[in-house]
Amino acid sequence: MIRLFNVSKRFGGKLALKNISLDIEQGEFIFISGPSGAGKSTLLKILYLAENIFEGQVLIDGMNLSRISSSKLPVLRRRFGIVFQDFKLIPSRTAYENIALVLEAAGQKPGFIKKKVMQVLRSTGMEKKANALPLTLSGGEQQRVAVARAVVGDPSIILADEPTGSLDSASARAILDFLTEYHKKGVTILIASHDLHLMKNTIQGRIIEINDGRIIQKDILP
Amino acid sequence: MRHFLKRALADIRSNKILNLITIITISLSILVVSVFLLFFENAGRVIESWNQGGRAMIYLKEEFNVDMLAQLKTKINSLGDIDKMAYISKTKALDTLKKNTAFQTTFLKTLKDNPLPDALEIKIKSYKNFKTVQTLAQNIKAIDIVDDIEYGQSWLGKFLKIFNLFKITGYSMCGFFFLMALFITANTVRLAFYSRRLEVEIMRLVGATETFIKAPFYIEGIMQGFFGGVLGLGALLITYLMVSSEITQSLASYVHFDIRFLSVKIIMFIIFSSTFLGWFGCYLSLKQIFK
Repeated sequence: MIRLFNVSKRFGGKLALKNISLDIEQGEFIFISGPSGAGKSTLLKILYLAENIFEGQVLIDGMNLSRISSSKLPVLRRRFGIVFQDFKLIPSRTAYENIALVLEAAGQKPGFIKKKVMQVLRSTGMEKKANALPLTLSGGEQQRVAVARAVVGDPSIILADEPTGSLDSASARAILDFLTEYHKKGVTILIASHDLHLMKNTIQGRIIEINDGRIIQKDILP
Repeated sequence: MRHFLKRALADIRSNKILNLITIITISLSILVVSVFLLFFENAGRVIESWNQGGRAMIYLKEEFNVDMLAQLKTKINSLGDIDKMAYISKTKALDTLKKNTAFQTTFLKTLKDNPLPDALEIKIKSYKNFKTVQTLAQNIKAIDIVDDIEYGQSWLGKFLKIFNLFKITGYSMCGFFFLMALFITANTVRLAFYSRRLEVEIMRLVGATETFIKAPFYIEGIMQGFFGGVLGLGALLITYLMVSSEITQSLASYVHFDIRFLSVKIIMFIIFSSTFLGWFGCYLSLKQIFK
């Protein structure tokens, strides 16, 4: 499903990723670990093309990301649900509106959007906060809204970049439990985090360790 | 569409001052342009009513006879720019004079000979260009059998000089204000875009197309242009209602003429132009940002 062949990424004179090769199958739960600055976020950003590929090839369902046209890019991104460490919620929009944006961008009808957004708000326990602005919510609540936004479009892949980085352990656990539920539905999940301990105690899947832009260990099963 | 409209309105609400300044700038520009258009429309009517749409009289010498008419007409027509031509014999001219000055018929009856000359009445096509009229008149006057030509040269020359001066000033002012409004609109869109940069970035990451991202900005620009146009025309209408009757009264001793407001066609044109201006400012800004 996702294939990386000798992928490198350079920022100025520094190589952030060095010859990364990786195969990820549909429905896998992948945990990318490593210290800060190891290249975890860069790897995820390359997958959803927030960063361009410097060298190598990335294939997603046979689609070569190096050759994707700008008009096809939104279609590719709709396959992903992305969770960011800093939540990336629009401050001027309510929790409901932030989540609905994904479906509006996909051109869904208002009736469907309302039904679907309320459904994910319920499943994340944020139903009562639907009309709240992000800045009035706690960090844990904001991340739950961000996760709800990531799953509302029924993506086939969820990419989460340090989703629990700024949360207390209870909120972090709730987020990971929610993602685990989605994994059970067959969604491929990639989580980048430096919190190896929390991940080992929560998820069941593959762990890939990165350091200094290189994969130093693959296929560690907890 | 409803979504884009909602977003555009939300942005206008969150940037009230900025949008208000843009709308006022556009309306001022539209006001200046409309004032000139109002002047041109009415001045055009003045020229038309005074000159009866480019009418000129060619007075012929005494030795003229009707046998020469066909050749003369061909000669004048060959000079070009003639719309219509009608022969008025001296007899017909005297009859018309008698009819039009009924109270002096006794005096006219005492005349032994007809003092009036044979004449040709012509209509000039491009009569609004004084130079063309003047050249044509000179060429006609150069024909042997032509005694004189009358086309209101004394006042028309002066009036057209002022008219053309206003035209040049008008065009320059319109161009200047158009560019100013365009610059302000483009800048407002740019500021709106930068204030929503995070929003745009998030939209891109969740799979929004460029059209989806740009549409609210375009709607905002179009709305600014439209309301700026309506406001500018509204200001002009109020000014017109306040001063038009006074101007008409002061002109009454020179010419019977009423100042009319812009025609529906011109109003539609102005509103369309200001709406286009809003759209174009937005287009320029987004083109630069998204390149």
